[in-house]
Amino acid sequence: MTSTPTAPAPLLPAPHDGVCPFSPPPVYTEAARAGTVTRAALLDGSSCWLVTGYHEVRSLLSDRRFSADVRRPEFPSFTPGRRAILAANPNFLRLDDPEHSRLRRMVTGDFLVKRVEAMRPEVQQIVDEALDSMTASGGPADLVGDFALPVPSLVICLLLGVPYEDRQMFQELSRVLVSTTVEEAEVRRAQTELLDYLGGLAAQKRRRPGDDILSRLAARDDLSLREIAATGMLLLVAGHETTANMIGLSTLLLLRHPGQAARLTDPAAVPGAVEELLRHLTIIHMGLPRLALEDVELGGVRIRAGDGVVAMLSTANRDEELFGAPGHLPADELDVDRDARRHLAFGFGVHQCLGQPLARAELQIALATLFHRLPGLRLAVPESELTFRSDAFIYGLKALPIAW
Amino acid sequence: MQVSIDQDRCCSSGQCVVTAPEVFEQDDHDGLVRLRLTVLPPARFADVRLASELCPGGAITVAEEAPERDRERTGPAAG
Ligand code: SF4
Repeated sequence: MTSTPTAPAPLLPAPHDGVCPFSPPPVYTEAARAGTVTRAALLDGSSCWLVTGYHEVRSLLSDRRFSADVRRPEFPSFTPGRRAILAANPNFLRLDDPEHSRLRRMVTGDFLVKRVEAMRPEVQQIVDEALDSMTASGGPADLVGDFALPVPSLVICLLLGVPYEDRQMFQELSRVLVSTTVEEAEVRRAQTELLDYLGGLAAQKRRRPGDDILSRLAARDDLSLREIAATGMLLLVAGHETTANMIGLSTLLLLRHPGQAARLTDPAAVPGAVEELLRHLTIIHMGLPRLALEDVELGGVRIRAGDGVVAMLSTANRDEELFGAPGHLPADELDVDRDARRHLAFGFGVHQCLGQPLARAELQIALATLFHRLPGLRLAVPESELTFRSDAFIYGLKALPIAW
Repeated sequence: MQVSIDQDRCCSSGQCVVTAPEVFEQDDHDGLVRLRLTVLPPARFADVRLASELCPGGAITVAEEAPERDRERTGPAAG
């Protein structure tokens, strides 16, 4: 057996400092070079396994011997105390079957491919209106605040039945919830506040239902208001944070590659380009935590029951063997004409992103419309002045000043 | 080629519908996978193989047959 006893275990979550803003932090890529399954340490002082290889990540995420149940006391936590906060009101993303599928199946009907396809004209209208109001001033504008965030935020508000007028409040709370650096007490407060808000809305909808997800959940007597609020919170936070950051980062990346951005004017090339952007950017940079329930052999390594594991989607998505087909650029580079459909940006296994049809439709419409309508799109500040959200579970840009 | 589905393993991600819309559909209510065809045209084999690979729940099983029998046959829908 070979080992490298001198190399200290990398500490997670790793900062993004001084590297290509579109690539995973170097700590993770170095770990990936050292092996597909290696040791790492978490900020709360515990140690875990870092799983970086494509095949290993896929197999880990579809293996029921690894739990996603955050209520288990040994469950790995990225920051001290966060596990307990999440465990107090777990959503289905953080539960195992059968609880997970009981709760998840109550909303799967709302994200059917067919249903999302039927929503395309509505999403297109939201995108058009957001662009109209962004460009009305003549520029410059902040693409994140004026376009990337409003579009998915408005879409998920409509679907959930959450008043868009309240966005300032829930966007703030949501930012606290996905941050890795804010105080624990603040995370706890943000979670309680958002759950109370959504629980209150659900209680109102029980009396006066509308045509939305919260109303449909509120109409069920096999769900508590707390469960409805936790499901609503997951959909609300995931629904706007992820897509908003994908739109912002994708725009910046495409501005760096004008030739590839031009491909978006061909409608036939758009879906493939979006898959490649999802693969290349994989905004869940910190990976997905799991807990081994039994001893499992993975990538030639024996993982023991009770060990924490982190599945790194971002390094898996840079696997040269999977994505570096002849005639295409290496997996570390963007190539919108690559067949990237095997990517794991939405995760894998039973917890794979439920909203992916919606995310795809939003990204396709938002990016194609943006580059079609604003062919002169450019950065309004030097790239060195941009600030990235490296202190969050979902990676992205804080702002993106643009002109056109 | 024979394709079978296991609704118990389906998590309604819709990857199959995006990849091979002629072959798979989702139940209107709960999004569980269903086969649209009982006879699978060879032109769809590659899409179906990819759909099986992309399915996050492992709900789609493809059994390759010997080439001479690998004609227009599809297995029964399970679940
Ligand atoms: S890809 Fe798999 S899990 Fe997703 S809808 Fe199809 S069969 Fe179900």
